[in-house]
Amino acid sequence: MGNMSELQEREDKLQGMGSSLLRKEDAKFIRGLGQYVDDIQLPGMLFGALVRSPYAHARIKSINKTAALACPGVVAVLTADDLKPVNLHWMPTLGSDVQAVLADKKVCFQMQEVAMVLATDRYTAADGAALVEVDYEELPAIVDPKRAMDKDAVVIREDIADKTEVGHGPRTHPNHIFTWEAGDKAAADAAFAGAEVTVREEILNPRVHPCPLETCGCVASFNKATGYLTVYMTTQAPHLVRTVLAMLSGVAESKIRVVGGDIGGGFGNKVPVYPGYVVAIVASIVTGVPVKWIETRMENIATTGFARDYHGVGELAADRNGVIKGLRFSALADHGAFNSHVSATKFPAGLFSICTGSYAIPNAYCRVDAVYTNKAPGGVAYRCSLRVTEAIYLIERMIDVLAQKLGIDKAEIRRRNFVKAEQFPYTTPFGWTLDSGAYHAALDKVLKAVDYEGLKREQAAKRADPNCPTLMGIGIATFTEIVGAGPTKVCDILGIGLFDSCEIRVHPTGGVIARLGTMTQGQGHATTYAQIIATELGLPASDIVVEEGDTDKAPYGAGTWGSRSTPVSGAATATAARKIKDKAKKIAAHLLEVAEGDLEWEIDRFKVRGNPEQAKTMKEICMVSHTGNLPEGMEQGLNAVAYYDPPNMTYPFGAYLCVVDIDKFTGEVKVRRFYALDDCGTRINPMVIEGQIHGGLTEAFAVAMGQQIPFDENGNHLGNSLMDYFLPTSMETPHWETDHTVTPCPHHPIGAKGVAESPHVGGIPCFSNAVIDAFAHLGVTHMDMPHNAWRVWQQCNALGVNQR
Amino acid sequence: MSTTHKVHFKLNGKAVSAEVEPRELLIHTLREKLAHTGPHIGCETSHCGACTVDVDGMSLKSCTVLTVQCEGADMVTIEGLEQGGVLHALQQAFHEEHGLQCGYCTPGMITRAWRLLQENPNPSEQDIRFGLAGNLCRCTGYQNIIKAVQSAARKLAAAPATA
Repeated sequence: MGNMSELQEREDKLQGMGSSLLRKEDAKFIRGLGQYVDDIQLPGMLFGALVRSPYAHARIKSINKTAALACPGVVAVLTADDLKPVNLHWMPTLGSDVQAVLADKKVCFQMQEVAMVLATDRYTAADGAALVEVDYEELPAIVDPKRAMDKDAVVIREDIADKTEVGHGPRTHPNHIFTWEAGDKAAADAAFAGAEVTVREEILNPRVHPCPLETCGCVASFNKATGYLTVYMTTQAPHLVRTVLAMLSGVAESKIRVVGGDIGGGFGNKVPVYPGYVVAIVASIVTGVPVKWIETRMENIATTGFARDYHGVGELAADRNGVIKGLRFSALADHGAFNSHVSATKFPAGLFSICTGSYAIPNAYCRVDAVYTNKAPGGVAYRCSLRVTEAIYLIERMIDVLAQKLGIDKAEIRRRNFVKAEQFPYTTPFGWTLDSGAYHAALDKVLKAVDYEGLKREQAAKRADPNCPTLMGIGIATFTEIVGAGPTKVCDILGIGLFDSCEIRVHPTGGVIARLGTMTQGQGHATTYAQIIATELGLPASDIVVEEGDTDKAPYGAGTWGSRSTPVSGAATATAARKIKDKAKKIAAHLLEVAEGDLEWEIDRFKVRGNPEQAKTMKEICMVSHTGNLPEGMEQGLNAVAYYDPPNMTYPFGAYLCVVDIDKFTGEVKVRRFYALDDCGTRINPMVIEGQIHGGLTEAFAVAMGQQIPFDENGNHLGNSLMDYFLPTSMETPHWETDHTVTPCPHHPIGAKGVAESPHVGGIPCFSNAVIDAFAHLGVTHMDMPHNAWRVWQQCNALGVNQR
Repeated sequence: MSTTHKVHFKLNGKAVSAEVEPRELLIHTLREKLAHTGPHIGCETSHCGACTVDVDGMSLKSCTVLTVQCEGADMVTIEGLEQGGVLHALQQAFHEEHGLQCGYCTPGMITRAWRLLQENPNPSEQDIRFGLAGNLCRCTGYQNIIKAVQSAARKLAAAPATA
């Protein structure tokens, strides 16, 4: 027993994988000592403010800078004409399109960037922006994507009007961006033709915004003497941004340094390159002094990085037992005025074809038609992998619609269609190979934990009581995510494969520095990557420093989005650590004068098998690796770098259940209970995982219950401040109950899958399913989000349930 | 340019002054003239609370207050909560209960909770939810923030701090 407790003590000292190690990054934040981009002040720094269009669609007849330039403190006013000589008035997008950096002759969405005023401070810059006189000729705006391809529709993008394609196949209309299809249409059509039952529903994922608490911004600093450009910016993908900046500016990539710093939340908003960044960089190159540009909240919500806006149609074909035989999903995608949708080159509609979800569906087909409208560009993945929320929302809603049509219990219909544990790895009709899963077990655990049968009895009693003031709904979502983009053979952005990297240097006394191509925005990378290394190398996490975000220091990687940090960089971390461990083993064998095969690993040391007294700790080896006492021909040092190209995506899954009580007279939805079981494979830090799930569920609650970006018929934005745009406070936010199962990923070095986006992807349909289930006995099969009190009250009123 | 005014106030126990235009907002004076970058700007409309500071015994959103209104005020920011190298119980509890992720709301959130615990040293969960409703967090879902405030309240009750 003494030996066991000694082993345990050594294990505990490492604080490696599986321990709820408190976060290393907290120390600065709880003291107010974080270093966010707006905290940076450089000598001589100018502040840039953007002049933005009041119209959604208009020609620019003239721009008069005179009054602005006369304002004391205003240094310069930049317009598209000023960027033309350096060919930076347009820039490529991450969606194979181009986007105006500053409006070139016309504006195509409200608040589009028209000019930047540079001044000595932010107040003067705002004064100057108000004094720039722009003469517009207003044009009719297209707001409804369903009208975008009408014969007489006004052409939004005159710059590409005669192009037959914009990166993703043939266009059939000047406002058409692409049509993308996957699966086998003939097989799906045949399944529908012969089906015993079919269901169809129109389902909207409304336009929303990730709205991190920190807006986007940058400080660009160009050194005229060295030709060296440093950009401190809010970015989730610093290396990709540096590559884009090199392509754009002509500055050698080796002379560009992008620094992520501390990021006040990203949630997808901080992946793209926005015009504000580019103008600030040009401004610094032109003026030779640093330039800061920071978005206001209204600019943030109105212009950078909207998400969703998928107008979907779901169809399922099944037998009378509810076993699904065919799936046809389509979506009309409103991409706004420029296609800056973040997507891997081969996936213009992202990973939408994960839409068969957790179910074994033999025949499936999907199609996405993307169009331009006079709205802000974007299409970012708001706390999800690319278009996964849209896909999973459709399948998780449609399986409920099917259950209602057949009168089958909503848990039972899922059981009948789940991919079974013994079927993994399971390849879907769209070609995705689900790595591992135990869907039945996960759902059953949740149903038992909440006493599902008891809830059903309570619901039946309430439905039978005409005097009950509330409608009770039970929502279930059993989702499968697709994360960890991704295998370079299928995933690239601008030609760069979506591998990721980790470089580990071990110092003589056992301290470790690890640098990665990802970029934390609150996920706790400094803690969790250190835990992986601690377990792999037997060195304490407390002495392991993790650095990300500075492209001069970190190896190349595609950044943090799409839950790719653990699946890709976490794997790179384990791989680099194992290279070091292999070398350490050779050193240990040399020191102990045994063959490598005689050694075994125990927590923090190599022991001679059968002779446990003979051992070398990792700490001892660290020192020796920096001496001359090494095996013949071995170099000094204990360093490694790994570039990890994942063989497959990872497929975390979960089973969620939500109980709501809806006030029949006010439409107010009260979340009584939300139980979330997540399976993300191997768990690195349970505390961090739980925190990520709380956050993801809260953002799911926000989307399902209140977020929507509305426009009037002229394309005017009807709510871009926090006065209108719903961010849940502590008062509205429900209490979350979390649970887990562990089904390791078979192809990941430590078996981990990624987790932070699952609760968003699974949470949204769970809330919707609960709200709609409350009305299911009244014949309601679907209600579009957001389920705010006004919209839910309208449903109550239409059904007459609010009549006393 | 409009004339400037010299404004004097007490910041975390120290007398400070700043030369400001009448229109200058307190958050900008604190961050850009007095090097206190703990309070952050999140919305400019008083909704998010990232800019929360404590002025004359009240939580105050410094993005919608003019600096010239603060002449003679007694002000506390996140930077003033650590005393003699010892973290305030709330700072420690936010760390221990995983009450923060990206850290952007944290200074305002802790500064607000600091005042809340003086208004109500023994708050219920509902009291805390109501008391912090002016401070938005996009990362945590509030659950661990509430645990942190409860934990700090217990510790402060067991050993009352001077703060």
